[in-house]
Amino acid sequence: MFENIRLSFQGIWSHKMRSFLTMLGIIIGIAAIIAIVSTIKGTNDQIKENLVGSGDNLVDVNLHTNEWQYMSGNDMTPEGVPMIDDLIKEEILAIDEVEAVSAYRYGYSMSGVRYKENLLDGAMIYGIDDDYFSVNGYIVNKGRLFGENDYENESKFVIIDTVAAKTLFGNENPISKSVEINSDVYVVVGVVEQVDTFQPVIEDVNDWYTYYYDDAAGKVFVPHTTWPLMFYFDEPYHVVVKAKSTDDMTNAGKKTAEILNSYITYVDMEGNQPYKYKSEDLLEKAKAMMDISASTSKQLIWIASISLLVGGIGVMNIMLVSVTERTKEIGLKKALGARKRAILAQFLTEAAVLTSLGGILGVGAGIGLAYLISDIAAVPVAISGVAIIISVAFSMVIGVLFGLLPSVKAANMNPIDALRHE
Amino acid sequence: MILELKSIYKAYVQGNMYVPVLKDINLSIEEGEYVAIMGPSGSGKSTLMNIIGCLDKASSGTYLLDEEDISNYKDKELSYIRNKSIGFVFQTFNLLPRQSALDNVALPLQYAGVPKKKRKEMCLEALDMVGLSDRVDFKPTQLSGGQKQRVAIARAMVNGPKILLADEPTGALDSKSGVQIMGLFKSLHEQGVTIIMITHSDEIAAYADRVIRLVDGQIISDTDNPEVAIKYQESLKSENEENSEESPAQVDEEVAE
Repeated sequence: MFENIRLSFQGIWSHKMRSFLTMLGIIIGIAAIIAIVSTIKGTNDQIKENLVGSGDNLVDVNLHTNEWQYMSGNDMTPEGVPMIDDLIKEEILAIDEVEAVSAYRYGYSMSGVRYKENLLDGAMIYGIDDDYFSVNGYIVNKGRLFGENDYENESKFVIIDTVAAKTLFGNENPISKSVEINSDVYVVVGVVEQVDTFQPVIEDVNDWYTYYYDDAAGKVFVPHTTWPLMFYFDEPYHVVVKAKSTDDMTNAGKKTAEILNSYITYVDMEGNQPYKYKSEDLLEKAKAMMDISASTSKQLIWIASISLLVGGIGVMNIMLVSVTERTKEIGLKKALGARKRAILAQFLTEAAVLTSLGGILGVGAGIGLAYLISDIAAVPVAISGVAIIISVAFSMVIGVLFGLLPSVKAANMNPIDALRHE
Repeated sequence: MILELKSIYKAYVQGNMYVPVLKDINLSIEEGEYVAIMGPSGSGKSTLMNIIGCLDKASSGTYLLDEEDISNYKDKELSYIRNKSIGFVFQTFNLLPRQSALDNVALPLQYAGVPKKKRKEMCLEALDMVGLSDRVDFKPTQLSGGQKQRVAIARAMVNGPKILLADEPTGALDSKSGVQIMGLFKSLHEQGVTIIMITHSDEIAAYADRVIRLVDGQIISDTDNPEVAIKYQESLKSENEENSEESPAQVDEEVAE
């Protein structure tokens, strides 16, 4: 076998021009496929990363009314939608895929948040539990977090994020300052900032709409027990769970929603249950977007495959020529004791080496092409190791497939006719 | 008896024609014999050679090689025989042009499945035997005709076959190289190798111990004494000068007596 491979390289090298031209079809086909696959993968990786984030593995499980996300402030908390207490959270934590869980509620403050003449407009007010900051990756920037007493006493304390702090206080120290929210006074006890906040890659306006959330305005946090005092009504909770890994996100979200839904007892007059918790399955959303880009690319791959077919036929043609040229060599080898199998193996190896070499060159050309495309069209590129291995293996298969007919012809040659051949 | 042919017939079908090539060949060769097969072109000597060398099969008849009936052997078994029991030397050497002398000689060992390390050892030994130790890495294009044929002989003998089949081994060589090759054959013969050689040259046939003549697919003479054979050939020559192509069969029978 090793001997055959060595001989094949010798044969290919001694007919450099012919071998290269034969390989060209394979090279072009593989290069096209690698370039396409690399750009798809690049695009998909970007979609996934943008949607799923940089590995914080958070899944939002939000209450929905029919198909729509429950709108805060429109209604009172519907009867039969439970407040999420520690018992329910314990149950969620028991899910295999869940690492941490936090329940919270939020709403817009119409009046905004005021400090002296500064106004934080359109601020989101979050009523949070003890786990919220750790789950969402916040750290204390100044001051402190809420303590057990703050939850129990429904303290009128707020924590603001650094964005809100900048808007409201500028360079002043916000700690212990009073702010006005919904005509009530709250004392700032802490400033938090989100570590490794993930910035999606935005390349055009569509990306902006797809990925950007309107949380740029700044956030204000109060204990969840305090929240109803601020808004004068109860709101259902939302849940965010941290999955143990990115791949666990789908299941963590689904199972959490199942648990929460099991507590919903509300049935409307027609007997439907309009209120349902649903997980924001970013993985699935990403998958759907990737499928779109993959399906268009699949057609391109089919077209590129035609080049491989043509390349394969070229290989068959040149192998037939090679067999005829070497009739005498085949006869001699048979006379020296080569079995049919040995001759077959020799020519099959030669064809496979030829196309594998073409495949390897094609992979190189494809990677180059992919980077060229990414330069020109500003498309991200990700080289897939699997695609490279499959391409080379596939080109080897082409060699074996299209080399079969010529090799069988060689193996079945009658030794005397072959020896006599001039 | 190293090989025995019993009423071997061989015929080809060419289009609608049925062309008989060998008719009722009966031939026994003992181990260690040195046999020359002669005959005009078309006499069937090459076909006979191919059948002996297991490259071709007889249409009918029995072929015993080493007391074993191989008439009905399949390609796999015949390949094995060609590899192990028979060495081939051709008129045009048939060396692989892009491979070194060593690699050419190694070919039969490769098919015999000899391990690589042992292969090289055996090849060097074979090349040494033909006096080409200093040309091991030369390509055929860098060798003279006589040297090429010696590489071919090394290749034929590397697996230690009992029989050496040579088809016009000196046909493409100058007379000096031809003599060298014959010297090599002689020493192989002395080592006990059975040599069967096709030739149309009386001079070359004279090296053999036994001369078999074929005409029209039949053995017309089988003489043990080379000198008799030479005499016969000389007489034939002079006769040929007088009247071309007189039925040689009758003359031959007289001589053979």
